[in-house]
Amino acid sequence: MKKLFAFTSVAALCAGSAALANDELLELMNDPTQWVIQTGNYANHRYSGLDQINRENVGNLQVAWTFSTGVLRGHEGSPLVIGDTMYVHTPFPNIVYALDLNDHGRIKWKYEPQQDSSVIPVMCCDTVNRGVAYANNTIFLHQADTTIVALNAETGEVKWTAVNGDPSIGETNTATVMPVKDKIIVGISGGEFGVQGHITAYDMETGELAWRGYSVGPDDQILFDENTMSLGKPVPANSSIDSWEGDQWKIGGGTTWGWYSYDPDLNLVYYGTGNPSTWNPSQRPGDNKWSMTIIARDADTGMAKWVYQKTPHDEWDYDGVNENILVDKEIDGEMRKLLVTFDRNGFAYTLDRATGELLVAEKYDPAVNWATHVDMDPASETYGRPMVVADYSTAQNGEDVNTTGICPAALGTKDQQPASYSPQTGLFYVPTNHVCMDYEPFRVSYTAGQPYVGATLSMYPAPDSHGGMGNFIAWDALAGEIKWSIPEQFSVWSGALATAGDVVFYGTLEGFLKAVDAETGEELYRFKTPSGVIGNVMSYEHDGKQYVGILSGVGGWAGIGLAAGLTNPNDGLGAVGGYAALSDYTALGGQLTVFKLPD
Amino acid sequence: MKRLRLALVFGAVAGLASAGGATENRGLPGNGPAAYKEDGRYFTEDGVPTYFIAEDGTVDWLTFSGFRRYHAECHVCHGPDGMGSTYAPPLKDAVERMDYYDFVYIVSNGIQNVDVSHQNVMPTFGQNKNVMCYIDDIYVYLKARGDGALQRGRPAKREDKSDAVASFEAECMAGG
Ligand code: HEC
Repeated sequence: MKKLFAFTSVAALCAGSAALANDELLELMNDPTQWVIQTGNYANHRYSGLDQINRENVGNLQVAWTFSTGVLRGHEGSPLVIGDTMYVHTPFPNIVYALDLNDHGRIKWKYEPQQDSSVIPVMCCDTVNRGVAYANNTIFLHQADTTIVALNAETGEVKWTAVNGDPSIGETNTATVMPVKDKIIVGISGGEFGVQGHITAYDMETGELAWRGYSVGPDDQILFDENTMSLGKPVPANSSIDSWEGDQWKIGGGTTWGWYSYDPDLNLVYYGTGNPSTWNPSQRPGDNKWSMTIIARDADTGMAKWVYQKTPHDEWDYDGVNENILVDKEIDGEMRKLLVTFDRNGFAYTLDRATGELLVAEKYDPAVNWATHVDMDPASETYGRPMVVADYSTAQNGEDVNTTGICPAALGTKDQQPASYSPQTGLFYVPTNHVCMDYEPFRVSYTAGQPYVGATLSMYPAPDSHGGMGNFIAWDALAGEIKWSIPEQFSVWSGALATAGDVVFYGTLEGFLKAVDAETGEELYRFKTPSGVIGNVMSYEHDGKQYVGILSGVGGWAGIGLAAGLTNPNDGLGAVGGYAALSDYTALGGQLTVFKLPD
Repeated sequence: MKRLRLALVFGAVAGLASAGGATENRGLPGNGPAAYKEDGRYFTEDGVPTYFIAEDGTVDWLTFSGFRRYHAECHVCHGPDGMGSTYAPPLKDAVERMDYYDFVYIVSNGIQNVDVSHQNVMPTFGQNKNVMCYIDDIYVYLKARGDGALQRGRPAKREDKSDAVASFEAECMAGG
C-alpha cells in the first residue's frame, strides 16, 4: 500500500532516469517509510505517503519520545530517517547525532566539528542550520563556517572535507546540500555582507570541486552561454555585469541559502538567488542581475538553461531564495512540467520548468501592495516585471526617506520555511508572514567581513487585518487562488508536511505542532512543544508504526524580530505594544518531539 | 587597561567630536540628563554624550540618527527598539547597567562567550565605520530608550543635523 504511493507527478519525474541519477537515493525518496532528504523528495513536495495517521485519528496523537539536542539556538530543518537510524543536526556548533530507532534513540555516534567561533557573528540573524543530507551511505553536513563534511553514515567517520567559502569576508552557511547523481550541490550565505553568491557542485566521493556558477558577474563566472534563456528569449552576453554600475557586482550578493530542487528527466537543478547587497537601492543602480532570480542549471556542467528575475533592482530585501516546487499538471488539456514558487515578494509564480516560460504570477496574500501585478504580456517591454507602486518604492522615494506601509515586510510573505504539496488534493500548503514595514535606505560603506546593510526598517502586523503576524494557507497554483487561510498570531516559520492521511502538519512560533484537515483547514490536533517551532515537520515509519517528528528551538529571524513583540508606528498612541510578544509564550530550547498514535 | 585600549580604538573617531566649537551655555529645559549642548550634540555634566528630548517630543539629531543606525547595524541580533531577542540581550537595559566607556569598549572589541552551553559572540566593530562613526548616536538613542524617555518606534520629530555633526560624519566616513 504505502509503496504504491499514489503520486503521479513524482512517478513521472523518476521514470526512465534511473540510469542517470543516484538510483539508491531516488528509490529511498519513493519509500514513504523513510525521510531521506530535507525536502521530502527532489521535487520539494514535503509530502508523506503514509496514511496510518489520518484525519479521523490524528486527534489521538501522543508523544512517543523526545530528544534534547543540547543546543539553545534556532532549530531549522528536520531530522532524516534512513533504515533504522535517525540523523539529527543542531545549529552552531553543528553537531550531528545518529540515533538508533531500534534502541529508544540510543546515540550510535555523534559528530561535533571544531569551528572557529568568529563565524558566529558573521551569520546574519542566528546560527541556524537546515539539516544534513544523505546519499551512498554518507551523511553530508554543511557547517556554519562553510566546511562541507562527508561522514560515514554507519560510523560517523569523516570521509572527506571541503571548504566552500571564507567567513572572514562574511561567507557562511545555513543551508542543507542536495545530492544529485555523483555530486552534491552546495549554496552560500552572506547577502548582508556583500558576498558574491554562488552555487557549487562537489564530487560526492572525493569532495573535489566540479563546477561553480556565480549569481552575479561575467558570463564565464555565472556559467551562461548562448543557449541560456529568459522569458522565451536568449540572454544577451554580459547580462549580469551590464546591470550593475562598475565593479559593484563583486560585492553584489545574490546568495543561495534556500532549498534546491532537481528534475532527473530534464537533469536540471533549480534554486533561487537572494537579495543584491546593500539594502540601499540608490547605491546600486540597475537591475542587479541575477539576484532575486530562479535559475535552472544543468546538473552535470552547471550551465544555466534558463533564468527568471522575480524582483529586478530589489528595494525591499525580498531575498528570492524560496524553494521551487516541481509538479506536473494539465493546463488547457496538455500535461505541463511546472515549477511553483512562493516568493518573499508576495507573488506565487508558476513557470514551465523545461523552458522557464512564465504562466501564473498572483499575490498569495491580499495584503501585498508594493506592486499591482506582474506584467504577463509577452509583447510588452516590461514583460515578466512587477509593476511597482511609486508610493512604496524605496528607490523612487530615495535615500534618507522613510517609505511607510509596504507589504510584505523584508521577511517576505514567506521566508525559507518550506511549503508542502499534496498530490492527493492538488493543493499547496504554505506557511506565511502577514507583516508589513516602513523602510528607510541610507548610504553605507563596505568593509570586508562587516555587515553591509544600509537600511532601517520597522515591521508590524498587516494593518486592517486580523491583527496576527501570520497565516497558514492552502493555495491552488493553477487558479492562482487561496483555497483557505488560517490566521496565526505569529508568523508561521515552520515547514509544512502534507500526508496521504489527508492531514497537514505545521509548527508555530509559540511552540505548537498543529494538524489540520487537508481539504478544509479545520484544526484537528495541537500539542505545545518545549520551545517555539521554526523547524520542518517530517514523518517516517518504524516497525509498522507511523511517526511524526518536529524540532523545537525558537530563533532565526523570527526570534529576533518578534521576541519583544511588534509595534505599529502608524497605529497612533495606545496601540503601541498591543501586539503579542513571542517572549511571553516561549523561551530558548533545542528538542526533537516525535508523535505517534496510541498503541 | 580596558580604558587604554578603548582610547586607542576610539580616539581616532570620537576625538574629533569634542575638538573646538562653542559651548552653548543656555539652560536646557526639562529634567533630562543633558547639561549642555555643543555643536548640535548634548552632553551630561561629566561630558558624556546624551540625548535631549524637548517638551513637544522633538528629539536631538543624534538620538534620531542612533535610531536609524541601531536598526541597521544592531537590530539583526538585538531585536527592534533595543528590546532584545532570542539571540542577544536588550541593549536598552545594558546601557543602564554599564557606562558610556564600557559600552564603546564592548562595541569596539566584541565579546566571546562560547562554552559547552553558550555560543554567544558579539562582533568586533572597531574597524566598522558604519558603526564607529555613529557610536555616540547609537549610545544616546539606547540611553533614551533605557531611561524611558523615548517610546518604541521611529521618533516622530527631530532637530536638524548641525553643520558640525555633518562635517564630522563626512570626515569620519572618508577617513581610513
Ligand atoms: C551578530 C550579532 C550581533 C550584532 C550584529 C550586534 N551584537 Fe551586540 N551582542 C551580541 C551577543 C550575542 C551579545 C551577548 C554576548 C554575551 O553573551 O555576553 C551581545 C552583547 C552586546 C553588549 C553587552 C550587553 C550586556 O548586557 O552586557 C553590548 C553593549 C552590545 N552587544 C552592543 C551592540 C551594538 C551597539 C551593536 C550594533 C552596533 C551590536 N551589539 C550588534 C550579538 C550581536
